[in-house]
Amino acid sequence: MRRKVNQAINLSDYKDIWVIGEQREGKIHPVTTELIGEAKKLVEGTANQVMVVIAGHNIEAEVEKLLYYGVDKVYYINSPLLETFSTDGYSKAIAELILEKKPEIVLVGATSIGRDIGPRLAAKIGTGLVADCTKLEIDPSDGKLLQTRPAFGGNLMATIICPINRPQMATVRPGVMKKAVHEANAVGVVEKISPTLKDEDIVAKVVEMIPSGKKRINLTDAKIIVSGGRGIKGPEGFDLIKALADKLGGEVGSSRACVDCGWIDHMHQVGQTGTTVRPVVYIACGISGAIQHLAGMSDSDYIIAINTDPEAPIFKVCDYGIVGDLKEVIPAMMEEVDKLKAFEL
Amino acid sequence: MKIIVCLKQVPDTNEVRINQETGTLIRDGVPSIINPDDKNALEEALRIKAAHDCTVTVLSMGPPQAKNALKEALAMGADEAILLSDRAFGGSDTWATATVLAAAIEKVGSYDVILCGRQAIDGDTAQVGPEIAEFLNIPQVTYAKKIDFKDGKAIVTRYTETGDYVIESKMPVLLTAIKELNVPRYPTVKGILNAYSPGSDNIKVWGIDDLTIDATQIGLKGSTTNVYKSFVPTKSKTNEMIDGLNGKEKAAKLIGKLSDLKLI
Ligand SMILES: Cc1cc2nc3c(=O)[nH]c(=O)nc-3n(C[C@H](O)[C@H](O)[C@H](O)COP(=O)(O)OP(=O)(O)OC[C@H]3O[C@@H](n4cnc5c(N)ncnc54)[C@H](O)[C@@H]3O)c2cc1C
Repeated sequence: MRRKVNQAINLSDYKDIWVIGEQREGKIHPVTTELIGEAKKLVEGTANQVMVVIAGHNIEAEVEKLLYYGVDKVYYINSPLLETFSTDGYSKAIAELILEKKPEIVLVGATSIGRDIGPRLAAKIGTGLVADCTKLEIDPSDGKLLQTRPAFGGNLMATIICPINRPQMATVRPGVMKKAVHEANAVGVVEKISPTLKDEDIVAKVVEMIPSGKKRINLTDAKIIVSGGRGIKGPEGFDLIKALADKLGGEVGSSRACVDCGWIDHMHQVGQTGTTVRPVVYIACGISGAIQHLAGMSDSDYIIAINTDPEAPIFKVCDYGIVGDLKEVIPAMMEEVDKLKAFEL
Repeated sequence: MKIIVCLKQVPDTNEVRINQETGTLIRDGVPSIINPDDKNALEEALRIKAAHDCTVTVLSMGPPQAKNALKEALAMGADEAILLSDRAFGGSDTWATATVLAAAIEKVGSYDVILCGRQAIDGDTAQVGPEIAEFLNIPQVTYAKKIDFKDGKAIVTRYTETGDYVIESKMPVLLTAIKELNVPRYPTVKGILNAYSPGSDNIKVWGIDDLTIDATQIGLKGSTTNVYKSFVPTKSKTNEMIDGLNGKEKAAKLIGKLSDLKLI
């Protein structure tokens, strides 16, 4: 039975902030602790608690770890039918719990799993969902969740509310919120839930997993990212980018142009349709600074741009800019870093 | 087999400009296109049609000018196009849009596969596909990068950040396409002639009276979310250009600054 929205409901029946925990092959995804960090910020000064709901099978030890991030409760939905992710199984089990316990706010990671299950949950429950939020705040006047996200490829920011339906649901991109602090002591409790799932509830089933053979890079946690754009002129251009990244202890990023040309794998892509990053230092080499690229890196603490075109839009958003040929500038930078290191010894 | 493709006409966000003073979009002169991921969905439907015996129906909800997107879909090879257009649909968020599309799909009747794009470039929500699937009570596979059929089942490879998952599903099923799925074709000359010939009225238009739909769940008043405010993003950056005689000198100054700031 399809639920209706915009019915008169009693808003005061809803309390607490829930984080939908994400695990893959039994390991907690880092976005979970980022969402816990954000949820803890949002409950400050209110009576609300922070709770995590996580589905899986035989992952008790991993689930217990969440208690060290200062959450008040973890609902652990445990069933052999939830061992691997399925939209059908996970959304049914989690939606039932949300409908029963009535959280006021539900946060979901905007990963390929969260963006699959988030709208399915919202549609089952009968509420709104705001995708890919970059900022969440509580309206001090009425306690509503103000959900800010980029629109039109990052040209515009929109703050969106879900005024009369509950819970208020948002997905948040990995790498955007600050992780909760890992405490020395666990607080809170794990409550085990047995879902009412049956085998036939799961219609679309995972039959095979194909791990991407390549080494997974971790752009979201990187402190330094050196990114190459079309200005590197070809796949071999990434040798230079990688050399600088290695020297600085950073990771390699890319604009979409290079990914589309097949010079580098999609997992390196930074931007609206790639990864959102906020390193301490982001070095954009031969990247023009299209709005969709900026959407994924403009929150970096320091942005450095190297580009031959003094009019390139990237210079408008950078902290330090060098007009020059990256083939000249990057090797010179590496030499200078070597000099610094020699000096330290 | 019958396939239904949902597609949206969107402004080309590469061309969108913002009026910095009013914080509103300047749409004048911005070309409208078929949303890129939706074009991959349509292309896949046409490929399935070429390999199996089936028909392809394209649905779009939008203002009357969205007919242009449907004409392009017909020119590419779709068999039937239906525009869902009514004042009552205006202002719909993803909930309300999915409500209208699901009602239209029910009216079309029998179907085996529904193909949507993963997300639209103007909103980037990726919500309409899964919401339609929930309303129709059918399974979904999002982020599809490969689609096959075997023994009456869909075998779909789903992209995730940590590797691909092969998913087997009964039909009917809703799939959302990513750009890795295929490279969309261009319309053929014959297709263009058929779709655009003057007087050819090959696009059905359905309004609220043509659908079995709960009017409280659509349009602005059936939406769950509202825009509270919108604004142009502002950046506060040091914005210092490093000068020097040549690249070497500039590089040295830059590394000096980064080192002073203890960033490296
Ligand atoms: C829906 C949509 C989503 C998108 N998502 C993303 C996304 O997630 N991420 C993304 O990056 N893009 C995205 N894009 C694409 C984006 O619009 C741009 O096309 C892309 O970012 C451009 O990449 P680039 O800067 O590498 O290339 P270009 O724009 O071609 O810029 C190359 C730059 O290199 C400079 N250059 C050339 N030679 C040298 C040299 N020797 N030394 C130094 N500089 C040099 C040039 O002056 C130029 O500024 C998206 C587009 C759309 C429509």
